[in-house]
Amino acid sequence: MASINQNALSNGLPDFRNLGVIARVLIGVHVLACGAMLAAASGWDDLLDRLMLAAGFIEPILLASLLLLVVLSPMLNRLHFVAGAGVVLVLVLAVTALAYDGVARVFGIPVGAGLVQALLLATLATLLLLGYLRLAIKAYSPALAEARLQALQARIRPHFLFNSLNAVLSLIRRDPVRAERALEDLADLFRTLMADARQFVHLADEIALLERYASLEQLRLGERLRIVWELDAAPSDAILPPLVLQPLLENAIYHGVEPSTEPAEVVVRIAQHGNRLRVLIENPFSERHVHHAGNRMAIENIRERLMLFFDAEARLSARIEGQRYIAEIEMPYRPAPKPRRGAAAGARQEA
Amino acid sequence: MLRVFIADDEAPARARLRELLGDIGAELPTQLVGEARNGIETIERLPESGAQVLLLDIEMPGMHGLEVARHIARLDEGPAVIFVTAHDRHAVEAFELNALDYLLKPVRAARLAAALTRAQAVGAPSAQTLETAAEQLRETDGRGRTHFSLTERNRIVLVPVNEVVYLKAEQKYVTLRTREREHLIDESLISLERELGERFVRIHRNCIVARDAVRGFEREGASEDEEAHWRVVLDGVAERLPVSRRQWAAVRALVAQP
Repeated sequence: MASINQNALSNGLPDFRNLGVIARVLIGVHVLACGAMLAAASGWDDLLDRLMLAAGFIEPILLASLLLLVVLSPMLNRLHFVAGAGVVLVLVLAVTALAYDGVARVFGIPVGAGLVQALLLATLATLLLLGYLRLAIKAYSPALAEARLQALQARIRPHFLFNSLNAVLSLIRRDPVRAERALEDLADLFRTLMADARQFVHLADEIALLERYASLEQLRLGERLRIVWELDAAPSDAILPPLVLQPLLENAIYHGVEPSTEPAEVVVRIAQHGNRLRVLIENPFSERHVHHAGNRMAIENIRERLMLFFDAEARLSARIEGQRYIAEIEMPYRPAPKPRRGAAAGARQEA
Repeated sequence: MLRVFIADDEAPARARLRELLGDIGAELPTQLVGEARNGIETIERLPESGAQVLLLDIEMPGMHGLEVARHIARLDEGPAVIFVTAHDRHAVEAFELNALDYLLKPVRAARLAAALTRAQAVGAPSAQTLETAAEQLRETDGRGRTHFSLTERNRIVLVPVNEVVYLKAEQKYVTLRTREREHLIDESLISLERELGERFVRIHRNCIVARDAVRGFEREGASEDEEAHWRVVLDGVAERLPVSRRQWAAVRALVAQP
């Protein structure tokens, strides 16, 4: 199964198909170009002229090189780091030479000494960026990222644990079968909590976990809690980081249902939109019943874990719309390597 | 027979306490005289139940258990209170500091029996103890009261804090004014001001008003050369309240903030 550290290939070269890497390259080249122009310019007007002219050269070269690297990324993966870096450099230089020629013709500038200068600048920029990205990858090295992930591993509120145990105790004499099921659910929940936080999990399993958790909450809260499951469009073969959904549902119940004397409805919607996976969890919100702090911490925790798995390609937003609090995660849809049997996610009403 | 009242928002938790009361029945006979699912219900039902002991969950919707206990302490023959909590570290600290009895969920039969026996001997906690505990809890978790309470014929009448327009100190009492009517409560304006914090603003030595209720100010009397007096115009109350000269700058600044 896929491991974390998604912005690097196994050989230490950056993964050029990763949004975070692309963004860093774009920003890096522009910063370098601006720096160079600033150093060379003799005044503000001159700087502006130089920037315009430079943009004419740099943009086509930059975009064409990036496009090429995105296309060739799988091939680069198979090379040794030095060989790979060499290929990248050669590609960039070839693109630079071709583009320089074309752009020079458009501007009507003679192709001459300028070309050597451009090739030298391109070499410098490429090596600097490759070096920077390698450092960045090291900084997010698997060992470090894994340590951070373990520390960030979602924790269930003790409040929930003790209240659930209390509810199970109350069932043992009246309804032993339900008590058994509740303890099994609790065991599953804790097994997942204590599991390896570094591995991707199947969405179908994650949904099953959500339902186990929901049935425990239902036991405690009875008709005060109503959950609407909208899972028709959920791709059960998707994989995602573990335990990013359950803490959101826990938040929704803790902040949206428990403080309210009226029955409250929580919506769980999971759907695939093209190559994106969207998860939305919605609960009633009332200013009067704001539970003490702790919400933002859970949200920050999930956000950071998403970042460690997906870098810039995942997003978690939380907003208040009228009387509803909405938490939404968007992440890349990744199908599991092999289709699995078992729990397919269908629409369900009420746990 | 010890008369017991159970307040908890979770049905299984109430069932569990009933079960445990049954289990310890031989050793300590009890009679369940009432149940409630939240703080307001507890305050409504408890007085006529004649309960001697209240088993009070503190994490209930609407009103924190400690606030419920403070309102109930107004009753002439109030019950002893045993708090119950799953895991509220801050509240437990406040209980410990003030020697208030509490049980942790899941509750053990032996521990429940001991707490009930002790409650029988000790009786109702003093209002003062509860105030102090509430004040300590407020410092750690930042939540103040949601209601004022007063007694009418040994029943507790609750007035939500957000319905209050102003509080004004009179001789012995504080007048609490809502849009509909006036109540007299026996609390000190100074401690109320401290407890209510930002939602109220002091306009005079003897008066604090709800910031949300302030509609504007009007000048009163005063000729050109003399300094004018200002009065607060309040939402839903015809009466205008004088702002003292000493408070004027602070009041204007505070109310101007969103």
